[in-house]
Amino acid sequence: MSAGVGVDLQNMWIKFGDFVAVREANVNIKGGEFFSFLGPSGCGKTTILRAVSGFLDPSDGKILIGGNDMAGKGPNERPTALIFQNLALFPLMKIWENITFSMEVKGAGKAERQKRADELLEMIALPGQGDKLPSELSGGQKQRVAIARALCAQPDVLLLDEPLSALDLKLRQHMRTELRAIQKQVGITFIYITHDQGEALTMSDSVAVMKAGVIDQIAGGKAIYDDPSTAFVASFVGENNVFRGKVKSISKGYAVIDTNRTGALRARMATAVKDTLKPGDDAMMFIRPEALNISDKKARSDTRIKAVVQHSEFEGQAYNVFLKGSEDKEMKMSLANRGETRLYDAGLPLILDYDADRAVALPAGELASE
Amino acid sequence: MKTESTLIRVGLAIYLLMFFTYLLGPLILMGITAFNSASFPQVTPWEVLTFEWFHVLFNDKRILNGLKNSFIVGFFTVILSVAIGLAGALMLTQIWPRIRATYYTIIIAPILIPGVVLGISTLVFWDRINVMLGFSDDSFLHNGIFLTVLGHSTFISSYCMLVFVARLQRYDVGLTEAALDLGATHVQAFRKIQLPFLMPAVGSAAVLAFLASFENYNTTTFTFQKYPTLTIELAQKVRYGINPSISALAFIIVCLTVFFALVHEVRTRRAQLAIANGAPVGAVKGGFEMPKFFAGNPAAAVLALFIAGAVATIAISQVYDPEPAKAILLKEKRAEQKKRIEALQERLRAKRLQKQFKGPDIFGSGQSKVPQPPSKTPFGNVFDPGNLGGTDPNAKPKDAKTPESPGKGTFGDVFNPGSLETTTGTGDDKQ
Repeated sequence: MSAGVGVDLQNMWIKFGDFVAVREANVNIKGGEFFSFLGPSGCGKTTILRAVSGFLDPSDGKILIGGNDMAGKGPNERPTALIFQNLALFPLMKIWENITFSMEVKGAGKAERQKRADELLEMIALPGQGDKLPSELSGGQKQRVAIARALCAQPDVLLLDEPLSALDLKLRQHMRTELRAIQKQVGITFIYITHDQGEALTMSDSVAVMKAGVIDQIAGGKAIYDDPSTAFVASFVGENNVFRGKVKSISKGYAVIDTNRTGALRARMATAVKDTLKPGDDAMMFIRPEALNISDKKARSDTRIKAVVQHSEFEGQAYNVFLKGSEDKEMKMSLANRGETRLYDAGLPLILDYDADRAVALPAGELASE
Repeated sequence: MKTESTLIRVGLAIYLLMFFTYLLGPLILMGITAFNSASFPQVTPWEVLTFEWFHVLFNDKRILNGLKNSFIVGFFTVILSVAIGLAGALMLTQIWPRIRATYYTIIIAPILIPGVVLGISTLVFWDRINVMLGFSDDSFLHNGIFLTVLGHSTFISSYCMLVFVARLQRYDVGLTEAALDLGATHVQAFRKIQLPFLMPAVGSAAVLAFLASFENYNTTTFTFQKYPTLTIELAQKVRYGINPSISALAFIIVCLTVFFALVHEVRTRRAQLAIANGAPVGAVKGGFEMPKFFAGNPAAAVLALFIAGAVATIAISQVYDPEPAKAILLKEKRAEQKKRIEALQERLRAKRLQKQFKGPDIFGSGQSKVPQPPSKTPFGNVFDPGNLGGTDPNAKPKDAKTPESPGKGTFGDVFNPGSLETTTGTGDDKQ
């Protein structure tokens, strides 16, 4: 379908009195992209969405949709449609009336509206349910009706405010796939707000990770996960073992970090800090649980960690092994379940190692509180 | 244990009985008096079953006129109060949070101000406006309907606002935002989304406003001018004596209230039943199957009984003729009165004889000076010690002798159960 309409936030600030909800946001969302804002609750991501949809004005900076400045335009004049967190289906209207509300306010006739409603109900796999009331539908069905209602307005940009947070896990996973499929089908720009990194990573073309009103990193899902630009992103997205210390030496994109409790460890420097991290800086090293392995004894000494098993969990596809290194440094290791019968009993001493490319060195910074 | 719980249950039953008697007793008694032929609203002594008070009521020009005025005032008060109340409630949700509490206090203040004050101030205020604008004394600003509607609306709109505020608290502002987001204008969002949500509140506010206006007396007293409402007419009537036609009016109002309450209850229960049985909400609006509908819906059964009772009462009133029974009663009463008069005269004669023995009365009271004890004032003989011996002090020989001249505008006759000639008199008027 269409190439889609892009959204640009240019140096946007949003303040409520003295409180800065969004600080200097510069985001370029390409047309037809599935773009997510990911962050803990209260980080300002919903504020950004409300600014884009026109419910509040930025204190400073610009919002461009398709290159047009949106300043002074109300929500009903913008080519956006918002899917609310609580869906906000009109409780007194039938499903088909809900879906075609945007046509009704423009004065479309009943026959035309009903025809369009039938098409959309077909698309969201709820054919023949048009005469029900929202209260008669299940959570997932309401979700799809809300999407149909937003799409009926033929927006250039669809904004979604944590629409899956109220659903149970199975339905949420199903809806992720479905949302992605709908986005591919209609080809318009989706801006998605979530605090669930799983949702952001699975669905998005690009993810913006936010912390307390500041956008820390904008990148694709894999880059966010494997090459975080700040300690916050590294700790918020996925799980990570954190080693604090100071940079000892730097060579060819790798840093050796003198960690406080585990000795000198080698890690690849994150792309964002390649040129800024210097020996002597306070630093943090992040190793994902799945990047840790049981040593094959050929590993270099600066990628080896001694540790003792505390306890382990069997999760189905993987074992989660909780360990303690020197000076009680806690670590977590994830080992894929390959059918072996080995058990990781408490008290078992292990030597771990890792690929230095999968460990990330970053300047010390605030970690996500979770 | 067992006796204890029985005791508690009996105690509870007695308490409930007393409670409901207190609550409903006056209404029931009043309803019964509407069917008693006695000229004063009373249940005992029961005279004859009659429907004539309804005839009297429907032929009473003043009551009917008052009723008409009440409906006109009620209608306009509903429109004005609901509109003002809705606007006030919406304002409360929009206003800056900092002055919200102050605003709320101001807007509910009229509820706390005595109605008398509101009435006087309405009158004075619009009179001043009238003078300022240089209109004549009979301009619309001095019109009783206009003033009464405004006077009522000053405080009834506050009631309405409270109803709307309660409903608005459950409104999700997200719905309005969703409508705006989908391209609706603010007017469309209000009309298509928020107003439909508020409709139940509009209904209850309208009913509340109408009832409050209909029953208002103290504000209306100052504002009605040439348009007395029903309450004003009733109050004036009571001052000059009341008859059971007022009971008849009360009876009709009670019946209408019960009827509408039952209809409402039936509808609510039907919806609940349908939903409990898993029916889709949309289907509730359809017709219903009679047997299933009655089963499990006691309110419907009561409603059916109620309607049957009303139909039966009207049917009886068409065929029933109380006149023969009344004539018999009249004859009995006359005979009784005759007997009493004779007894009284007998006593008087005895007294006179006694007095001749005793000499002048030491108290110097009237009875010794007046030879015919039943005094000319209607109250006089009631308090006359000379009547103490009689079982019924109201059996006045004077009245009994002149049944053609029913109580000449005095209180005494009206409150006098013995003055049955008023009954016959009214009956005659009717015919």
